[in-house]
Amino acid sequence: MSTTNYIGKPTSRVEGPAKVTGAAKYAAEYNVPDLAYGYVVSSPIAKGKITKIHADEVRAIPGVLQVFSHENVPSLAWFDRSYKDDVAPGGSPFRPLQGAEVKYSQQPVAVVIAETFELARYAASLLRIDYDVAPHDTDLETKRDDGFEPGRGKTGWVPPPKPRGNPNEALKNAVHKVEGEYIHLTQHHNPMEMFASTVEWLGDKKLKIYDKTQGAFNSQQYVTKVFGLSKDDAQVISKYTGGGFGSGLRPQYQLFMAVLASLELKRSVRVSLTRQQMFSFGHRPHTLQYVELGTNADGTLAALHHHALHETSQFEDYTENVVNWSGMLYQCDNVKLTYQLAKLDVYTPQDMRAPGAATGSFALEIAMDEMAYAAGLDPLEFRLRNYAERDQNADKPFSSKKLRECYHEGAAKFGWDKRNPEPRSMRDGNMLVGWGMGGGVWDASIQKCAAKVTLTADGHLNVLSGANDIGTGTYTIITQIAAETLGLPLEAVTFTLGDTTLPEAPLQGGSWTAASVGNAVKETCDKLGEKLLKLAQKMAGSPLKDASYEDVQFVNGQIRLNADPTQAVVIRDVLPASGEKELTVENTMMPNPASQLTHSLHAHNAVFAEVKVDPELGTVHVTRVVNAVAAGRILNPKTARSQVLGSVVWGISMAMMEETVMDHGFGRYMNHNLSEYHVPVCADIHDIEVIFVEEEDDKVNPLGIKGLGEVGLLGVAAAIANAVYHATGKRIRNLPVSIDKLL
Amino acid sequence: MNSFTYTRATAVDAAVREKSADDGVKFIAGGTNLLDLMKENIERPTRLVDINTLPLTTIDSTPEGGLRLGALATNADTAWHPEVEKRYPLLSQAILAGASPQLRNMATDGGNLFQRTRCYYFYDLATPCNKREPGSGCSAIGGYNRIHAILGTSESCIATHPSDMCVALAALNATVRVTGKNGERTVQFADFHRLPEDQPQFDNTLAPDEIVTAIDLPNEDFSQNFSYLKLRDRTSYAFALVSVAAALQLEGNTIKEARLALGGVAHKPWRDSAAENLLKGQPATEETFRRAAAAVLQDAKGYGHNTFKIELAKRAIVRALKQAAEGTQHATEAFKNSNP
Repeated sequence: MSTTNYIGKPTSRVEGPAKVTGAAKYAAEYNVPDLAYGYVVSSPIAKGKITKIHADEVRAIPGVLQVFSHENVPSLAWFDRSYKDDVAPGGSPFRPLQGAEVKYSQQPVAVVIAETFELARYAASLLRIDYDVAPHDTDLETKRDDGFEPGRGKTGWVPPPKPRGNPNEALKNAVHKVEGEYIHLTQHHNPMEMFASTVEWLGDKKLKIYDKTQGAFNSQQYVTKVFGLSKDDAQVISKYTGGGFGSGLRPQYQLFMAVLASLELKRSVRVSLTRQQMFSFGHRPHTLQYVELGTNADGTLAALHHHALHETSQFEDYTENVVNWSGMLYQCDNVKLTYQLAKLDVYTPQDMRAPGAATGSFALEIAMDEMAYAAGLDPLEFRLRNYAERDQNADKPFSSKKLRECYHEGAAKFGWDKRNPEPRSMRDGNMLVGWGMGGGVWDASIQKCAAKVTLTADGHLNVLSGANDIGTGTYTIITQIAAETLGLPLEAVTFTLGDTTLPEAPLQGGSWTAASVGNAVKETCDKLGEKLLKLAQKMAGSPLKDASYEDVQFVNGQIRLNADPTQAVVIRDVLPASGEKELTVENTMMPNPASQLTHSLHAHNAVFAEVKVDPELGTVHVTRVVNAVAAGRILNPKTARSQVLGSVVWGISMAMMEETVMDHGFGRYMNHNLSEYHVPVCADIHDIEVIFVEEEDDKVNPLGIKGLGEVGLLGVAAAIANAVYHATGKRIRNLPVSIDKLL
Repeated sequence: MNSFTYTRATAVDAAVREKSADDGVKFIAGGTNLLDLMKENIERPTRLVDINTLPLTTIDSTPEGGLRLGALATNADTAWHPEVEKRYPLLSQAILAGASPQLRNMATDGGNLFQRTRCYYFYDLATPCNKREPGSGCSAIGGYNRIHAILGTSESCIATHPSDMCVALAALNATVRVTGKNGERTVQFADFHRLPEDQPQFDNTLAPDEIVTAIDLPNEDFSQNFSYLKLRDRTSYAFALVSVAAALQLEGNTIKEARLALGGVAHKPWRDSAAENLLKGQPATEETFRRAAAAVLQDAKGYGHNTFKIELAKRAIVRALKQAAEGTQHATEAFKNSNP
């Protein structure tokens, strides 16, 4: 066994010590000299017009530097395209402080800049603003018949496939049928770290921007286009991100505010949002779904109809893939998938962990449970009987698919075979016990990505790529890949990310970072390895003289002949011998389009959940969850497990607690804080088992990586709701499964 | 910044003088609620008088054989105090059901009485609220009122009192010792907090110049048959949707003495003596408990989102009384061993 084989080995976070000692700095922690502070004023009304901002009263307060609003914002970029970021949906992006119109409650309407944060906050509290209030419309329930099919969606959105077979006829003729409506309200990401931007004024319109984001390049592009800056004058840095979950995919308005104030005041400015303001932008949309299923006598799916309607803003058509997954998770020849939006006076929704799929799988997987009961089949047996060997949406084979193994290994670990299918049949003392299952499918994506690697004469490898690590373990897995590729110890490798002066990497999202940055770094390291081999061959008496790159291995700090590993050159000796100070390769990895054309590239999972329900009080405890995941090669089982544990906790949260509740009288979210927007505490979380099913895939990408950011969440909420049904006989189709629904 | 002066009170009478001289004075002890309210611009005191150095931190026996909780004893020290654990375990359980260890380390017993409601509208300056701004209207009535009151409400306010500790204190017949300009007086716990009526801006019956110095627990024994049952949206760090403090004294299976108070359902801890009387002298059976529960909720009124609380409260009362009668405080330990 060699010691520099790191891929697939549990590895602690390389940035862990920096995080636990506080050395890791987040956007609001860069205390640059002469910093001014901004505090955002949010609209109390949902719709209308600002008639007057009494800014002079506030400007008169000593220490207040300026109040920015639509009344005094300088002329900025004119066209919508300048405001469009990498993942902007169709429509016209919201432009902060650039009009008197109020389009949603909590819209930022002004920012007060002052010498201290406390003063800015105080001054903001005194700012009087007059409004002409207009009637608003925030209730999706009133829009059931006003849905429309979106035209052009955002990047990654695929319109539902055309109906296949004859779903209406097949439903009519089905032996067993179920139908139901499935609802969840709006949900907000609420990562631990609040959104903040610290803009350092370097003079002459040159800025260094520390931003909370999931993509430094996306923030840079936005800032340069909106404010007419060159890239050289707008460096964006994002070394650490305290959680993103999609909320940082689009540049948020504090970035706009901080850059605006810095350019206007010619000094460094920080703008941080409050927890309450975390409810003032993107969110998982309130969604109404309808699912209708039918089976033949033998329990094979005869027909499937899945419809979704969700909210969007008045100004952008946010889209996500809600229903498409239902056409590929199970074998079914008669399928109708439909998808609509409705415009409301709210801010544009935004991708939130497993966008669309978390929503769609919640509905489909409860419906599948209902269908299993209606057909008299065990829910696991029912799924196996309808296993999709091929992606029927795309009419392509899967590059790999080990969902069957997920079902089997998950069920075995859980003890599913001991389940009595009868609702209310299993007990633990006075508690009703319920077992339910679910699962899902998610894209295995990869994006173009650049990287630069430099080997220094002392044998240290610097790896550079402008990716982001939102807490998932990117620092660590990239270090592992680079170290293993060039046979160096982990300590000899430093991965630097989160800076627009580095080679360009895609947004951290879509579960594509491991594959994109991983393969880019692997490819770049291989190129450096080839150069290094050439130099090694020139060394006096080199045993590698006639070897090709394929003939050698890089392990334990050496380049060795595969055929005779005792014939080796020490990597650390190569550069000194060649007289080179360092060796550098910069390279852009392009995804291989061939595999995308010929195969369906997806990760899958199967979830088994146990609940214990108090029969009189309706209290539910999710006592066990087993999540079996098939997501290609697992680079680091330790950080990978954490990813899936986090997904399960999120799934429990989605099932049992999360909802942002709108008071439609005010058109305003009322539980806009972490006291009343509930997410689980430790006491809500019990046993969680994560299984990674072996899944080799040489087609998806060279490293065989599928990504883990989202797949672990799929089906968790459904598995829990199904377990609650099994425990109580009560079918909850409206999340969360709160105590009032079980009385 | 929102300017206020900050001073430390050196003696109780000095604190009383400061308070009675100036409307803008607020006492600060643990500050676990007041600082939040100041940050949200709901409380805007012009003077903060820090009372943490007053000699009110001890927990001592009273001459009558009860226990006196100094107003500045922390919630944590109180919950884990050997005498409280032994003689008033209902109080321990109620305190530990609230907040988090960090908050309980800071929060004081006196301060706990002054917690303000967590009504969404009270906290959001963008919406009218009679409690925050008298006369502006109640947004919760007809709005989103899932966490709101079902008992003792008025047309002005349906907010709830958020404390767990106070529910146990109400059940345990505690008295509150207060000092004001005119000297010391005691207030029965049930009379300390008030219903909203048409003045929801007032949470309690204290005069503006008064300070709480101690909470006295009487010499009564409810240490065997008691239960504090708290139902909420997550297992910790959430306010009660409904909580029940139940305590019984039994002779065989007959109820000799009964105490019943509810949290999360009214503007004050909801003690129901009539329901207690229905329990006294009766056998400790589910039937008896159901009658008492029905009596407590007979005048309850739901406002839409919170209507479920009426049924939930009934079931919670029955369960709490059952647990009290059986001497099984927690029925929820079952989850720990969860393998099939």
